[in-house]
Amino acid sequence: MSDEYEHKLEAKSDYATDASSVPSTDIDSVPKAELPDQELYHSHSWWTTYVFSQDAKYIGIQYALTAVGTGLLGLVLSWLMRIQLAFPGLGWLDPAAYYQFVTMHGMIMVVYLLTALFLGGFGNLLIPLMCGARDMAFPYVNMLSYWAFVVAVVVLLASFFVPGGPTGAGWTLYPPQAITAGTPGSDMGIILMLISLILFVAGFTMGGLNYIITVLQLRARGMTLMRLPLTIWGIFTATVLAMFAFPALLVGCLMMTLDSLLGTSFFMPAMVSLGETLTHEGGSPILFQHLFWFFGHPEVYIVALPAFGIVSDLLSVHSRKTIFGYRMMVWAIVGIGALSFFVWAHHMYVSGMNPWFGFFFATTTLIIAVPTAIKVYNWILTLWRGNIQLSLPMLFSLGFIVTFLNGGLTGLFLGNVTVDVPLSDTYFVVAHFHMVMGIAPILVIFGAIYHWYPLITGRMMNETLGKIHFWITFIGSYAIYFPMHYQGFVGVPRRYFEIYDSPYIDTSTLLLNKFITIAVLIVGAAQLLFLYNLITSARLGKKSEKNPWKANSLEWQTPQMPPEHGNWGKELPKVYRWPYDFSVPGAKEDYIPQNQPPSEIIGAKVEKT
Amino acid sequence: MTKKKSIFQLLTEKPWEKDQIQADNEHQGQTVNLSKQKLGLRTLMAASTVLFSLFIVAYSDRMLISDWKNMPEPWLLWLNTVILVISSIVFHMTTKYAENDVFDKTKNGLYFVGFLAYSFLIGQLIVWYQLMNTGYYATTNVANAFFYLFTTIHGLHIVGGIYFWGKTTSKFIKRSHKKEEINNLIDTCAVYWHFLLAVWIVLFGLMLSS
Repeated sequence: MSDEYEHKLEAKSDYATDASSVPSTDIDSVPKAELPDQELYHSHSWWTTYVFSQDAKYIGIQYALTAVGTGLLGLVLSWLMRIQLAFPGLGWLDPAAYYQFVTMHGMIMVVYLLTALFLGGFGNLLIPLMCGARDMAFPYVNMLSYWAFVVAVVVLLASFFVPGGPTGAGWTLYPPQAITAGTPGSDMGIILMLISLILFVAGFTMGGLNYIITVLQLRARGMTLMRLPLTIWGIFTATVLAMFAFPALLVGCLMMTLDSLLGTSFFMPAMVSLGETLTHEGGSPILFQHLFWFFGHPEVYIVALPAFGIVSDLLSVHSRKTIFGYRMMVWAIVGIGALSFFVWAHHMYVSGMNPWFGFFFATTTLIIAVPTAIKVYNWILTLWRGNIQLSLPMLFSLGFIVTFLNGGLTGLFLGNVTVDVPLSDTYFVVAHFHMVMGIAPILVIFGAIYHWYPLITGRMMNETLGKIHFWITFIGSYAIYFPMHYQGFVGVPRRYFEIYDSPYIDTSTLLLNKFITIAVLIVGAAQLLFLYNLITSARLGKKSEKNPWKANSLEWQTPQMPPEHGNWGKELPKVYRWPYDFSVPGAKEDYIPQNQPPSEIIGAKVEKT
Repeated sequence: MTKKKSIFQLLTEKPWEKDQIQADNEHQGQTVNLSKQKLGLRTLMAASTVLFSLFIVAYSDRMLISDWKNMPEPWLLWLNTVILVISSIVFHMTTKYAENDVFDKTKNGLYFVGFLAYSFLIGQLIVWYQLMNTGYYATTNVANAFFYLFTTIHGLHIVGGIYFWGKTTSKFIKRSHKKEEINNLIDTCAVYWHFLLAVWIVLFGLMLSS
């Protein structure tokens, strides 16, 4: 037991003696609010309430629904690709369609589903509620952000209906092939993709501005940064990363749009295409790769950090235990965020680079494993001797830890140049990144939806359906991605739309392909079960109590649940502690909400954070 | 307001210590003592700085390839630069007038700033027109393409500034808000003007020196 702990006990006993001599409300007193309460926009019509809403909670739900709707398309695309891979004899897809689906699947899942859902969806829903604010700092800009996202999605989907179809350049959109004749969608498709990304970045910047300012400036009284739930730390840090990383994507997209539309030569080298010399000269395709991955690698953490934050809160609440090493968790989030800007070229080992350059990026890549490992240890130590409730959010969180560890370990292999070079173009890489930034964050998203669903609808989701959904998704995703590691090791190349009867490829991999595809179809179908649960529970679900998980953070402490416009009624909450006081010895309940005044918990021995 | 703290001090706070609990309970919920408009602008300026830095990196990288042909610098660009410098100075003076509550001078200052911003944009368009008339198209050489790209992105930033300048000016003239709120907006706009001047000087300097 450390000194700090003793201090803490002293502090508590001080409170107790104070309480005996003076009225108990005195120890609850906080100085008067120096800052004026936020002015709120009140909607007057159906349109401004439900469509062009300026209430962050609605915008969050709008973002989430749009993202999930787009993500379902991504899911269907993966079905189509897998059927082609398993049964090439059917002639299901031609090569062009296969590449287009690969590209759209990748882009939709990474940007339009995961980024939009974590930051736009959970960010909008949770930031004002967890910080104790009435709304975002700039509600109007927040509304614009959502509608820019909608336009971006519409432009992206429009590319399915233009001549030539959507781009088939792969989600990395490398020039010169992305805008050269012969690549599917090299005319209209790629232009719409680039415009859609530019709109997404513009929309995100408006949203990100809101998340940053709200977290920094509009917190409740007593809510210091080091008392914030880790969810907010994750979303906040991810937003900062996005504000610095998305400009790189914007620069790349703008210059490639000009190369394609005007015929400039930013990225396009002198080339002969279809027997004709193109007018481009001297452009540098590698420059695009650097720009893209300077965005692309932080993007991995833009998705991962909110997942880290959310899963920390879920684990703590559902094991009724303090998060282990809160400060270290915050430092790890910030550290990973900073390091993520120095690893981008590990995606480019096979592009050709100076060996020292590769050495540098391999080193930084391995260094980033340190804070990540700290987080994994801390999650496990949070569970250690906790009162673990195997509720749906907990199941998904446990699934996340295992899956993330798995994908993280293969990442350590791939971070080394010598290992990466032979594996880089195989299914090993596909398996790695789907584990680490596909399945792992998606499991957190499911856990988070099951956890915060009562906050949105006032009803619980069906537990049995949820458990079926969990087990099929969890076991199914291992059935999909474990065999892919093996396929990668035996050298099955990725990006091929069919595997020919090649003497170099073992027949067992063809069998595995069929197995994987069947698993994909089953796992995909299980998501329909989830959707059914999501939709029907809003009407038919069991009515939830006010704080169904007995959580401490502020979003569950609103006067009404679900929270109304303005969140907090007349009085803004006052915060006296961090959100992880679970199972405190001497306390009446096994949890102490952040806004419960000290006079009500006299005798509780709060542990050091 | 509590003392200003660096990010390292904030992250190494020990929220379980007695003194810290007391200090934390007295926390007002704001991290830095700035209006949300000013902090918002700083955030956007940081993102913009990254954007322009990446353009500059791309420019420096692309410049090394042998097909690069430098563009002439039309003298009009110097005039436009002077216009931008003057508008920044005028805006700075306007914030002082607004602080001292000199209504007429503030109003004239705001109008003059707007006039200068529009003149700058028109000046840039004339430069474009001159360059295109002398055969320097974006497709002719990538150096020209970079020039058009830089001036467009910078110009769009100015257009955004003009939008907020317009909102601020109309609020000021209608006196529809409290004086402190309007002065905060005028200050914020002025900071943005200085930022765009700095960006322009860096971009122009880059094009001159290469």
